[in-house]
Amino acid sequence: MLVTDRQRLREDIAVWVARFGARRSSLIPVLQEIQAKYHQISDHAMQVVADHLDIHPVEVYSVVTFYAFLNEGYHGKFVIRLCRTVSCDMAGKSRVARQLENDLGIAFGQSTKDGKFSLEWASCIGMCDQGPALLVNDQVFPAVTPEKVHDILQLCRKSFGPLAVHQANHREARQ
Amino acid sequence: MSDHENVNVESPRAPVSQRGHLVRVPADQRASGALVEVAIDGLEVQVPIGTTILEAARKIGVKIPTLCYHDDLCVAGVCRICVVEVEGQRTLQASCAYPITAPIAIHTHTRKVRQSRRRILDLLLGKHYGECYACFRNGNCELQALAAGCGVDFFRFGHPTAPLHELDSSSYSVLRDMNKCILCRRCVRTCIDLQEVGVLETVHRGDKTTVSTFMNKPLAEVICINCGQCINRCPTGALGAADPTDDVWRDINDPSKHVVIQTAPAPRAAIGECFGLPPGTPLTFEMNSALRAIGFDKVFDTNFTADLTIIEEGTELILRLHRALVDRQPVALPQFTSCSPGWVKYIEHFYPEMLPHLSSAKSPQQMFGAVIKTYYAGLHHIDPADIVTVALMPCSAKKFECNRPEMAASGHKDVDYGLVTRELAQMFKEAGIELPKMPKSGFDEPFGTATGSGVIFGATGGVMEAALRTVLELVSGLKVENLYDHADILPVRGFEGIKYAEIRIPRLGTVPDILRMNAQLPFDSWAWLAGATLKVAVCHGTANAKRVLEDIKAGGKLSECHFIEFMACPGGCLGGGGMPIPTNPEIRAARARAIYAEDAAYEVRKSHENPAVLRLYNEFLTGGPNGHTAHRLLHTTYTPRGKYIA
Repeated sequence: MLVTDRQRLREDIAVWVARFGARRSSLIPVLQEIQAKYHQISDHAMQVVADHLDIHPVEVYSVVTFYAFLNEGYHGKFVIRLCRTVSCDMAGKSRVARQLENDLGIAFGQSTKDGKFSLEWASCIGMCDQGPALLVNDQVFPAVTPEKVHDILQLCRKSFGPLAVHQANHREARQ
Repeated sequence: MSDHENVNVESPRAPVSQRGHLVRVPADQRASGALVEVAIDGLEVQVPIGTTILEAARKIGVKIPTLCYHDDLCVAGVCRICVVEVEGQRTLQASCAYPITAPIAIHTHTRKVRQSRRRILDLLLGKHYGECYACFRNGNCELQALAAGCGVDFFRFGHPTAPLHELDSSSYSVLRDMNKCILCRRCVRTCIDLQEVGVLETVHRGDKTTVSTFMNKPLAEVICINCGQCINRCPTGALGAADPTDDVWRDINDPSKHVVIQTAPAPRAAIGECFGLPPGTPLTFEMNSALRAIGFDKVFDTNFTADLTIIEEGTELILRLHRALVDRQPVALPQFTSCSPGWVKYIEHFYPEMLPHLSSAKSPQQMFGAVIKTYYAGLHHIDPADIVTVALMPCSAKKFECNRPEMAASGHKDVDYGLVTRELAQMFKEAGIELPKMPKSGFDEPFGTATGSGVIFGATGGVMEAALRTVLELVSGLKVENLYDHADILPVRGFEGIKYAEIRIPRLGTVPDILRMNAQLPFDSWAWLAGATLKVAVCHGTANAKRVLEDIKAGGKLSECHFIEFMACPGGCLGGGGMPIPTNPEIRAARARAIYAEDAAYEVRKSHENPAVLRLYNEFLTGGPNGHTAHRLLHTTYTPRGKYIA
């Protein structure tokens, strides 16, 4: 990482720590902000956070590895998490999975070379009545079919930021 | 100790929001008045509210097996070995984590309880790779003892046949073998709560959980201070010290090598534990015979250089004070002791900006190495390249210290091997030596004589007491025995985390000859110390060291001190990471008693009266304390390491 990148990261963390308070309990909100903006929580970021909150870097590492939505390695701008639990499985998750792998050219657990997409399995996301369901970042897509996969990916590709899907949806809801 | 027994509520790991809800149990249990009736296996007992089931059971001699529980650590309640049946409760309860608040009836060995313990052990063994025969903890392993105690006679859930993790042997001091880890988290609590160093923590989740360093880096690359406290608390063989005994045997058997050993005071008070003796049985002189019997050419006493350390460090302190008080120069005060290599690495990592406070004097171990390979080699006309110096230490960090690149003042590696108490006991056993039955014999010349001041280096407060004995006599010209009964300076003794004492200098004498040997001494009378009061502090365990350093940074009371003793391990060297396993407050107190008893038995009890030290200054270190030769051989420099890992 370039020095300037590190500088930017440190400044960002200082802002978030100031917002949530320099306490142990601010750890997860700060990590979520880092994850959202940088798509990963680097070892340097963990040490800076530890320093601010007066805890040990290894404790931050422990939290980052514990939660599936926090990652120490780079993750794509759009993390697609397909539910693999029983009801989604019975509703046809395998076909959706194959479609995702084919369209993106990657397997589950991998990221595309352009850094846009990551593909992961998720445990139950509470959409058992509308399976198969998947998440794009924090946005839920219920009743996904192989045909719909294409639309979802197009929506992501056309958006300009990680939150664009979210915003588009909000706009839809308001109309 | 503190006013309250359950000091762990102060642990920073307890969320702020919960601290207010925790019930503080008074250390004096009669004070609370509120007692509850408990029936454990039909035995009735009254205990204060808040006592855990485990504590209550121990009180009446009912043994509940434990695994993750440790007397020095906060309660985790993760292993569930200590489960018991509480009448009226549907599920089994972990007795270590169940505070009694109402009268209850408890059963500790019903069928349900016994079966549950068996299953837990079966599951642990299902992921515990390695055979007991090929493990250094064989015979001293808590998992092994539990399996035997609970009647495990087959592997219900299988047993790994191939290693699941790689061995981490990167560190000079600590070996990590995660194949034997059972995730009790004692090391985690030791590292984070007890020592506040923060190297180990559990990572990942569920069945993928492991204990790991930051980013799973090798131990040598993280901020581990090598104190080895985790080794002493590990119930299995997952953590151990890097063992040099094979190399030591090889050199002993090599006739071209002259192998000498120096023995530190703490191991002597503890090695008996490895031979079934109760803690606190000193075996100093039996050990000397045993060392000669297994082939060491000379046996020296580290206390000799402990005395040397006192003179060098004391002189350094006097010179610092002179510069501050008379020359009015900015000087780093208080001066910190530098005998504990774990503490030295701690300050290098966490407070590099405070390194100027650290005394430049080497630790006794390293001073001895330098003296043996220069003075002793010259005296006996031995090529220093053929001398192998072994150091018997209570400390795993000493293994790292002797491998520091700056520790080669003699032109060779000053100390070749750092051996810890456990490893020497193993060597004795290998050689078939029954240590307690050995005849007694003394140390070898020319360093034979030691003083009581050297011996007490092994306990927290010992370095300070030794330094005060010498400084008081050198400055006042009075005998310390006239100031303190038997020269026992009690304010700096004991196991309190941080001790503070003010010592008034009763009168001023003449500057003694030993200091005058240093031609650069900037004064020839003590007049500049008129009316001075020496302020000193003593702390042990790096968690307390952190508190002291923060207080100094904030300009608190301790920043006015002149001299502070730091020891990385709780209890000082006698609680070191190389000492026999297990450890707990009673064992450490017993070892301390042995050490102070040995001190009281010495004829010469003050470092500057040690005739061998005086001879060394007259014949070899001719520039006197802090003189040119002394500086070259007996002093060192430090590396600001910082806590960020690239």
